[in-house]
Amino acid sequence: MAGLQRARVRRQATFRWVVVAVVGTFFALPLLGMLEFTTRAPGGGRTAAVWRTVADLGGLRTTYPELWAGLKASGALVVLTVLIMLVLLVPTMTWVRLRVPGLRRTIEFICLLPLTIPAIVLVVGLAPVYAWVTYLLGGSSAWLCFAYVVLVLPYCYRALDAGLSAIDVRTLGEAARSLGAGWGTVMVRVILPNVRTAVLSASFLAVALVLGEFTIASLLHRDNLQVGINQLGQRDAQVAVAVSFAALALAFVLLLVLSFAGGRRTRTLTPLATPPTQEPA
Amino acid sequence: MTPQRQGVAVRLEGLSRHYGAVRALDGLDLELAPGEMVALLGPSGCGKTTALRLLAGLEDADAGRDVVDGRDLTDVPVSKRDMGMVFQAYSLFPHMTARQNVAFGLRLRGRSSAEQRSRAGEMLELVGLSSQADRYAHQMSGGQQQRVALARALAIEPQVLLLDEPLSALDAKVRVQLRDEIRRIQLDVGATTLLVTHDQEEALAVADRVGVMRGGRLEQIAAPGEIYTSPATAFVAEFVGLTNRMDGVAADGVAQVMRARIPLLPGSVASGPVSVLVRPESVEVHTQRDGEAEVVAASFLGSLGRVRVRTADGAVLLAQVPTGGAGVLQVGDRVSLALRPVPALAVSRD
Ligand SMILES: Nc1ncnc2c1ncn2[C@@H]1O[C@H](COP(=O)(O)OP(=O)(O)OP(=O)(O)O)[C@@H](O)[C@H]1O
Ligand SMILES: [Mg+2]
Repeated sequence: MAGLQRARVRRQATFRWVVVAVVGTFFALPLLGMLEFTTRAPGGGRTAAVWRTVADLGGLRTTYPELWAGLKASGALVVLTVLIMLVLLVPTMTWVRLRVPGLRRTIEFICLLPLTIPAIVLVVGLAPVYAWVTYLLGGSSAWLCFAYVVLVLPYCYRALDAGLSAIDVRTLGEAARSLGAGWGTVMVRVILPNVRTAVLSASFLAVALVLGEFTIASLLHRDNLQVGINQLGQRDAQVAVAVSFAALALAFVLLLVLSFAGGRRTRTLTPLATPPTQEPA
Repeated sequence: MTPQRQGVAVRLEGLSRHYGAVRALDGLDLELAPGEMVALLGPSGCGKTTALRLLAGLEDADAGRDVVDGRDLTDVPVSKRDMGMVFQAYSLFPHMTARQNVAFGLRLRGRSSAEQRSRAGEMLELVGLSSQADRYAHQMSGGQQQRVALARALAIEPQVLLLDEPLSALDAKVRVQLRDEIRRIQLDVGATTLLVTHDQEEALAVADRVGVMRGGRLEQIAAPGEIYTSPATAFVAEFVGLTNRMDGVAADGVAQVMRARIPLLPGSVASGPVSVLVRPESVEVHTQRDGEAEVVAASFLGSLGRVRVRTADGAVLLAQVPTGGAGVLQVGDRVSLALRPVPALAVSRD
């Protein structure tokens, strides 16, 4: 019995490692290819010259202005998108749970809708909207944030929904209000601290998505990091690939941080009824 | 200890509330004397929680008023009502320790941190949890969490305490222990208290008065003993405790049932054929070889036992018998029956 059990555990462990290895190779190969390409020296051999260029932000600014513009725009877009997304979603989702639980399905449907619409179709719809945005707010690339909020909605909704589902929003809100808290206090002091991890994951997801977005920005003729890289690619492919690699690495680090932050702060709510705890009689 | 506060009078006047087609509350009138503890009891869906939530201000009434200490609170928001609430479960703020939970209401009221700390300490001591002050909810048992919730509700010195099935998520032993403790603390603090429960034993054990609800209205409200011994309606008689429906004939305030004459309670049908609601403990069972009835089921409940007997005319009666001593009843035993002349309610036969 025990022997069989051990054999099964071992088989499962082997299987796990095989899966990890295959998936790892699948993701690592293109990255290795990028790394290899960026370190090629003109006459054969290796050089870190490209990476030195990329690391020198000041130099980058003057030598590759299109890249610099893209970086700046993407920075602004990341901040704006995350802010708008949080301000829009967190109170709405909390409110729906507290006051109109019947609307939850509708809200979920609306939030997941962008997932089903290809970016190219989105652009067709957004083009006339952005004609107005340009007319009212000017042509800055930062206003892409409105489109990006729509784009990140499904992912952020999912992340926040998981966080809010882990706590009893309604009871906590009612308990706080019975103790004298207004709606603002309920949000800031009771709900938010308990969905910190979810807010963090939603934000990181938004960051990763915004940093990787190309289609909308390109078709609406705005700047962002990917558009910058693309333009650069036509001039200096090695630098373009190096910057892409750096952006990927950044996203990877963000996700890593996220999973660690999430892992450490997870607090499971123990159900009250089980297990029956013995108290001194 | 904190200054002893005497509770305030609470009056619910004609409270109504519907959800779609469901009339959750249908003109509920209820009065609580200062410092009194009233338990609302009733079947699922009868509107107990709705009544409590209307008094708390968590829901709005369609009609009616809540008057507390002579002040009409109907339009006052929850956060301004100063009522302590304890919920069924999961109400502790997960990111705060027990002490921070208890101090939360005081913090909102802008008390100094020294005062918050000392009062939270006092409250935790009151519920016997001083040693757990720095624990989080997930580090405490269900019973401890509910104690903290009680301490938190009491920390704001509420004049009214609202408890919505605070014990229903706990296991039986903790439930009994904690309910007695809640009663002790309630008497100690003196807050007027409304306890919602579906557990009749709990209601009868701790409340000054028990209100039995049905279909959004109060069916009867009276002291626990009275609810049990003098139910006003068949619904109350059958909801609280166990009853037998026995055929009889009523006349002049007495019903003839089997060979016994049972005095009738006020509200009974006065004459003619009736069903008399007889408690199991009023049915005496004696072992007798040629008895007219037969034991069809017997259960042992510790200090007493219950048997089901089938009479000659086929009716099945529930009787309560003392356990121990000689003559333990077995299924199949022949027995004779007698009724004690304990006042009972007679209703028309259906
Ligand atoms: N938010 C709501 N939306 C729709 N119907 C509701 C709502 N709250 C209560 N009801 C309905 O109102 C009626 C009374 O509900 P209430 O919760 O007061 O019952 P209760 O006596 O507390 O029952 P239980 O013992 O099951 O807790 C029920 O029929 C219930 O379905
Ligand atoms: Mg209820």
